[in-house]
Amino acid sequence: MFRAAVRLSVSGARSLTWTRLGCTAPLAQRCYSHGGKQETDDEFDARWVNYFNKADIDAWELRKGMNTLIGYDLVPEPKILDAALRACRRLDDLASAIRILEAVKDKSGPHKDIYPYLIQELRPTVDELGISTPEELGMDKL
Amino acid sequence: MVVRVLNLNQMLRLTAGRVGCLLSRRAVVGMTNSGARMSSHSHHEVSDQVDMSQPMYWDRLDTPLPDRAWIDVLDSKDKSLKQKEKGPWTALSKEEKIALYRLKFNHTYPEMKKPSHEWKTVIGGMFIFFGITGLVVFWQGHYVYPPQPHTFGEEWQAKQIQRMLDMRVNPIEGFSAKWDYKNKQWK
Repeated sequence: MFRAAVRLSVSGARSLTWTRLGCTAPLAQRCYSHGGKQETDDEFDARWVNYFNKADIDAWELRKGMNTLIGYDLVPEPKILDAALRACRRLDDLASAIRILEAVKDKSGPHKDIYPYLIQELRPTVDELGISTPEELGMDKL
Repeated sequence: MVVRVLNLNQMLRLTAGRVGCLLSRRAVVGMTNSGARMSSHSHHEVSDQVDMSQPMYWDRLDTPLPDRAWIDVLDSKDKSLKQKEKGPWTALSKEEKIALYRLKFNHTYPEMKKPSHEWKTVIGGMFIFFGITGLVVFWQGHYVYPPQPHTFGEEWQAKQIQRMLDMRVNPIEGFSAKWDYKNKQWK
């Protein structure tokens, strides 16, 4: 159903012609403007999974990574979120894990079917790590 | 626990000084509502100044993980909960998970997105100012304006119109074109 990271922009079908800043946190910014080699969706996903999979990731890197990722015009793939949640586990940070789930639900905007799909894909990880979703904690209501 | 609410000036300064965050209108509005409050911070400043050299907390939809936790100063109950967090999370009860979230974050996303009643204040304020302006305009019309020129009077205006018709002002498409000369009335 959702082949690559879901694009939220109106021109969602145009996959490779966007301009954005790609940051791998402490390193240099790479600007994909016209003329350079375009990164594919899979490369993007792999880069971010790799970022969160760092074994000794620290709290700052987790925050930086998540804040940057949420800044993009897309909802991250389940595999990226899986890596991020596991990073939270390594940092003993349950609150941030729940916050991440809230953030991606918000990122989906009006597309109400994205979040249930993500939870469905992340269910094994969420159960394994013992993360409760905001819905299970009653935090999705006011 | 000391809870300090920043005044509007400080909140605006904070917004202006935000480095590295793309400020969208929505995010700024969302920010000014809850502001970047200092809660349970360990220092006790007498002044209202925010120490911008310290990591700050914020509730922003587009920046889920702020630089510091909401509650920094933990009592012994919180500390033991944080210890328990280091073990398997499956051992935590729902209340403990919620408590851990509330230690780290102030508002949940639904709470951040909660609509406020501010628009009523804005519209009400607008109408108040319109009203005051209306009073000023009325007073001005009564006390400031000089008397109207005599050419505005009913009799003069009638004579003026008759003169314009006699001159055949704009007889094809404009003024005189609308007058029916045969029946001496407007068409």
